[in-house]
Amino acid sequence: MSLLREPGLRNRRAIPFAAIAVEPVERFGQSVTDAVAGGWRIASLFGTPEESGRTRLVAILADDAQGELGVTSAVVGDRYPALTPACPQAHAFERELAEQCGVLPEGHPSLKPLRRHPPDHLPAGRHVAVSDREAYPFFQIAGDEVHELAVGPVHAGVIEPGHFRFQAHGEQVLFLEIVLGYQHRGVEGLLERVGRERGMLVAESIAGDTVIGHGGAYCGALEALAGTRTTPRGQTIRAIALELERLANHIGDLGAIAADIAFQPAASYLGRMRGECLNLLMTLSGNRYGRGLVRPGGAAFDLTPAMAAEMRDRLQRLRAELDPALTLLFETASVQARLEGVGVVPRSACVEYGFVGPVARACELPRDVRHDHPWGIFRFAHIPVATMWAGDVLARALVRRLEIQRSLEFTIEQLGALPKGPVRVDCGPLRPSELAVAMVEGWRGEIVHVVITDDAGRVRRHKVTDPSFHNWTALGLAMPGNEISDFPLCNKSFNLSYAGHDL
Amino acid sequence: MLTWLRTRLQQGIRTIRFPRDGADFPERFRGRPQASSDLGACLFSPEEGRYNRDYRMATSTRDALVTATGEVELAHALDERVRKLFRRSLRLRSVVAGSCNGCEAELVALGNVVFDLSRFGVQFVASPRHADGIVVTGAVNRNMRRALELTYEAVPPPKLVIAVGACAISGGPFAGSPEVGTGVGGILPVDLWVPGCPPHPLTTLDGLLRLLGAIDPAESKDTVTKLS
Repeated sequence: MSLLREPGLRNRRAIPFAAIAVEPVERFGQSVTDAVAGGWRIASLFGTPEESGRTRLVAILADDAQGELGVTSAVVGDRYPALTPACPQAHAFERELAEQCGVLPEGHPSLKPLRRHPPDHLPAGRHVAVSDREAYPFFQIAGDEVHELAVGPVHAGVIEPGHFRFQAHGEQVLFLEIVLGYQHRGVEGLLERVGRERGMLVAESIAGDTVIGHGGAYCGALEALAGTRTTPRGQTIRAIALELERLANHIGDLGAIAADIAFQPAASYLGRMRGECLNLLMTLSGNRYGRGLVRPGGAAFDLTPAMAAEMRDRLQRLRAELDPALTLLFETASVQARLEGVGVVPRSACVEYGFVGPVARACELPRDVRHDHPWGIFRFAHIPVATMWAGDVLARALVRRLEIQRSLEFTIEQLGALPKGPVRVDCGPLRPSELAVAMVEGWRGEIVHVVITDDAGRVRRHKVTDPSFHNWTALGLAMPGNEISDFPLCNKSFNLSYAGHDL
Repeated sequence: MLTWLRTRLQQGIRTIRFPRDGADFPERFRGRPQASSDLGACLFSPEEGRYNRDYRMATSTRDALVTATGEVELAHALDERVRKLFRRSLRLRSVVAGSCNGCEAELVALGNVVFDLSRFGVQFVASPRHADGIVVTGAVNRNMRRALELTYEAVPPPKLVIAVGACAISGGPFAGSPEVGTGVGGILPVDLWVPGCPPHPLTTLDGLLRLLGAIDPAESKDTVTKLS
């Protein structure tokens, strides 16, 4: 594991690409597997085409306890022995790798298409057969009275597209297969081609409910590669926006959970208060989702003392209105009974598959980038990590309730004590042939952007990992044993991003 | 029960009196661009230019979104026959085809107690068979194009198509990717174009009400509701 630590990689610290070990592929697999067995997590695993016509595999591993990142790599041709059989955390990454880079992970137990698109990261000169986008080998269960239910991609509400295939016995779900890729827009390819100004707007559109999260990770990677030192004021305004984004989504989702169990009063109060958080972002940035605020070098908008005071007042008023609504939701016995024991994700599965965010924290795994790999103002202003233990819908909802309270406290405090100085500094050209990792604890969990520059300082590879990329597997695992009619509720307790997964 | 009633009283009435009253946006709100631009391709970023606080931007044609002065000809009402059908009850089916989920989040927000879309007789429904039209968001990517066309076919005529957001109008930030097209315009006949990234709920609501003839085009607003 010392080999992984050797380059000294951290959240937002760039390292020379040449400092990364190139191991023989079997050793590479062993390094990753050993690290994961030793308590590390795979934060990212991806391929980048080499001039030799081969593919460089790069693994970024996170040691949450030490706040360190590890990195190793290998060069492969058109196939290599899959990591997944010994290391299930790699399963989705290897499906992605096969699809993006045309590399076959041999021995992968479930090598199905992930987003259904032709390879877009092939080395020059290599060609692979293009497969049919609509063909998908579903898992099926046969038997008397076993039936299959297909939902999507066009859903019943105003929801992103995805396909859910249930194998059910009566009302009981035996197996749920989730097929995604309907929102695939080719985000990584765009980020590697379009340049910084447009790239910023693409990054803000990776997941429209996580504008600040992905925007912050995008900027963090560029700033690390440019050697930019952002200012405390810029960092604080970004952190306030990130917590407002968390507040909006957590409050909105608790309202949506209430709506799914037909508890209308809480649904309408919380739905309205979600909007109040968005309106605060609009006051700050001119857009309800905070678009235009986070920019390389800091923040595009500053806060006047009067604006900060006004936002603080509004947050205090929100806190006063929120308390009774949340109390109503969580202290109504029929609500508790409806949420308890539904959609349980076992703690062991969180460890095995590397789930992140509130899903992991609801299983008593205190994973939180703000705490484990702190950046910017989070190095000085700590937000306690909220955990529950049951891993069910109620536990995920309670984690969110705790996080709402803590984000409110954080934003109110920070707005009252903004550091002085400029809000933005110049972010210069990127240094050539380096790699930087920027991680952000978005409201769904860990967001990872890895950027590698070429010898002219242009972006050679931009790898995006949304927390949903990990956590969709958790939803699939939470359903078996539950009734089909519990699916909307269970789904809402995760509220994963299709766009963030599909890229 | 007492807690329920107390909480209800604490929360008060929050629905805004739109369109009877206008709306006042915060100082930094980026509404209509001030200079010449294509509102359909505009991503409303601070870098693209200056904006005023006017949220009304929805048009009846794609061409009307291209402006030399910043002024736009807002959407006009449907013709009498179709308007009579939909004026009191318009059922819409949402189709998301290669978006970031920002526009959908604002469409969902239209249903909250502040905007309360259903008081105008407009509702999102679960099946295209029950719908009078579709609302398209997203740049129409390869993986959703077929599903979009099948959904449109499943809606009984006469039917409306409403394009919401920069992606559905022009491909938005994703234009140029081999995985997406340039919106819904070349694929289906569009009746209402709502620019924005994402459009504010009131931009969409204003467009819908103009389409249904529920807003008098000549009327100006004396009272405004502060949206804060």
